[in-house]
Amino acid sequence: MYRYDEFDAKFVNERTAQFRDQAERRLRGELTEDEFRPLRLMNGLYLQLHAYMLRVAIPYGTLSANQMRVLALIAEKWDKGYGHFTTRQNIQYNWIKLEDTADILQALADVEMHAIQTSGNCIRNVTTDHWAGAAADELDDPRPVGELIRQWSSLHPEFSYLPRKFKIAITGAPHDRAAVKVHDIGLRLHKNAAGQIGWEVMVGGGQGRTPLIAVTVRDFLPQNELIAYLEAIMRVYNLYGRRDNKYKARIKILVHEIGAAKFKSEVEAEYAKHPAQQTQVEEAELARIAKYFAAPKFEKLSRFSPAFEEARRADGEFSRWARNNLAPHRVDGYTIVNISLKPEGGIPGDATAEQMRVMADLAEAYSADELRVSHAQNIVLAHVKLEDAYALWQKLKAADLAAANYGLAGDIIACPGLDYCALATARSIPVAQAISRKFADVKKQEEYGPLKINISGCINACGHHHVGHIGILGLDKKGEEYYQITLGGSSSENASIGTILGPGFAAQEVPDAIETILNTYMKLRERGEEFLVTYRRVGPKPFKEALYATA
Amino acid sequence: MSNEEKGQVMTANRLRDGDVVFLTRSGAWSEKIDDAVLAQEPQALAALETRAADDVKRNVVTGQYLFEATRIGGKIRADHIRERIRTLGPSVRTDLGKQADGTAGAFQLDEA
Amino acid sequence: MPLLKSNAFVADDYISVPDDEPLPVGGKFIVSFARLQRDWDEIACDPAVIGVRVANTEHAEGAMDYLSKVDLIVLSFPAFSDGRSYSMARALRLDGYRGELRAEGNILPDQLQLMRQVGFDSFVVSDRFPLQVWQAAGQQMSLAYQRGLFRKANETEVWSSRHHGFEPWEEQPHAG
Repeated sequence: MYRYDEFDAKFVNERTAQFRDQAERRLRGELTEDEFRPLRLMNGLYLQLHAYMLRVAIPYGTLSANQMRVLALIAEKWDKGYGHFTTRQNIQYNWIKLEDTADILQALADVEMHAIQTSGNCIRNVTTDHWAGAAADELDDPRPVGELIRQWSSLHPEFSYLPRKFKIAITGAPHDRAAVKVHDIGLRLHKNAAGQIGWEVMVGGGQGRTPLIAVTVRDFLPQNELIAYLEAIMRVYNLYGRRDNKYKARIKILVHEIGAAKFKSEVEAEYAKHPAQQTQVEEAELARIAKYFAAPKFEKLSRFSPAFEEARRADGEFSRWARNNLAPHRVDGYTIVNISLKPEGGIPGDATAEQMRVMADLAEAYSADELRVSHAQNIVLAHVKLEDAYALWQKLKAADLAAANYGLAGDIIACPGLDYCALATARSIPVAQAISRKFADVKKQEEYGPLKINISGCINACGHHHVGHIGILGLDKKGEEYYQITLGGSSSENASIGTILGPGFAAQEVPDAIETILNTYMKLRERGEEFLVTYRRVGPKPFKEALYATA
Repeated sequence: MSNEEKGQVMTANRLRDGDVVFLTRSGAWSEKIDDAVLAQEPQALAALETRAADDVKRNVVTGQYLFEATRIGGKIRADHIRERIRTLGPSVRTDLGKQADGTAGAFQLDEA
Repeated sequence: MPLLKSNAFVADDYISVPDDEPLPVGGKFIVSFARLQRDWDEIACDPAVIGVRVANTEHAEGAMDYLSKVDLIVLSFPAFSDGRSYSMARALRLDGYRGELRAEGNILPDQLQLMRQVGFDSFVVSDRFPLQVWQAAGQQMSLAYQRGLFRKANETEVWSSRHHGFEPWEEQPHAG
């Protein structure tokens, strides 16, 4: 993974010193809150329901064991012993003090991390496939380009005061695990007819109040034109994006309002005025970065690991976990380990400092010293030998990290919701916990098959409910929390926005409603098809009837 | 019911450490909702707004706002679940926040 | 309001002429972009040095058509969160504008470096902050990752520094 050179190190150190100065000036009253707010947001510090919240960047979701240990240290020293992994591959701390923040940023800088631009009207963390570099279907690892974009977008002087936040996602595989179609800019690596590698550029996807699927503005953009083309898109957005209404200020609104064709022509006109030139520097830089993402030294192993198979035969619990939580690796004898941070009845995405250390140790011992955060709020160890899986699993089990529900009904994605967030309209975590407890039996979850249940505590959709197979949106009706259910969303390459089924439910009714939905699916499914396939075949009607049938 | 009194409470976060605080009659900020002043009359509400705005300018607090609450038997209950969570802590981590450090309100989340 | 230029407060030798007042003859004055276009025939013959004030809802690149007379372009920041003029400034510089570029409106010391990097030379600032605050804020970052910036405080361009044999981007003639 990427390692800072002296430039990167100097940059984060200067940025930290700059923030320290800004915070001190704020505390001395030399900056008003209105003046300070955009500055602290650009360093990831929010004011939330109970305290300040700090969102630390985990670029393209990749971090080292040592960095994970520092995240654990921060949780213990400056927070309350835990952190929350987010749907954008970052980590959040909920109990931060302003007066400690500069010290925390310095502790991060010391291990090549930061909280730069994890909030504010600027370009945010670039997110990607959590199986990058390991997945069998990948064309190429997109993370070098993720790092290139991270650097290019860091304190970009032209794009630091955009109409609104800006989120970029990239994928290097045909099966999209990065939700690129519901991002402000989505980039998909692919080969053209001539066999060259380049990018499909998609713009204007997003969730929130106005969920939209991105439109393609370029089918194939050569790699060396990427930065210049991104600048053209950003300039059009910065100049023409709406600034009159916070809820209409994302680029998706601009694309929708002027139409895809007009938007594309604006971008192309801007790009024609300022096209890519002297791209040798960007190319040299990308080549330099790519060296850091060279694959680890894999051993020559057979596809079949007798030790692994024996462990599965001998230990039913391990076998279940292996069946659900391991994904195929492109190298024989290796596997991708998905650590579910969704224990039965637990808080999705939360990990204690101790658990972070366990995962760091496991990464160091078994997975080339590298971890990933997925936007489903789980942790990935991408390069584990099958023969090591059992030992690794036993250590996960000892740390309460062995939930065998990866990608199943128990692997619920939920934002922090009204328990933590000043923007929320309802709680999301208790609903996740209730559903998790109701479907605790992993055997039953396996029968349902792959299922994405997403819960958002408000219309800002940080739980990504619009792209959940089952989406749950928490709202407020006359001071009471109630929950609207959507079906049929997907964040894959065949992206879709979920359909609202009907009137909402009280919190205690939601788990039963989910059960009704799943029972309906089981009745209708053919040849063991997955939930989304059934839904797309039969539509919402049978589910509506089952949910809202009069007794 | 005759023991009930409706009004509004001013809350904010302490600038330095982000702790949730409530404005008291004396003009000081307390971490406990039961110490807060409950205002009904327009003049009293305006006084709370002014005082809070002054303390924002003096860099004592930030993020100030009024919310509706009811005094019942001498204690104050926030009317909306959002502020009840604010006076207690996360409902899913009862070991954290005011509910754990002794500065919580008298009322539980769903208690009337 | 002080004019910040080359890291010091300087006198402003331009005067702003309202749209409905007659144009002075000679000297240095600033007119609105609408007036520049409307009264171009008169202005083109005026011996004065002209500045043009472009609102951030107009198309600043249009001012490039008047470069035979325009030595100063003034762009505005109606709110410090309104970032349109950053793009307007950079586009002007990328298109080859080398005259003075001035920022006015809501400008914070913490934005000074960013504004210089997109090409601003001078800044009409509020007198809220003493000069030292502007000077200090203006040199907090010594590095920039982006290419095609117009560094006025000598920030190092990271990518071209990493790879020998490449000049910082803006030194190259613009191809477009």
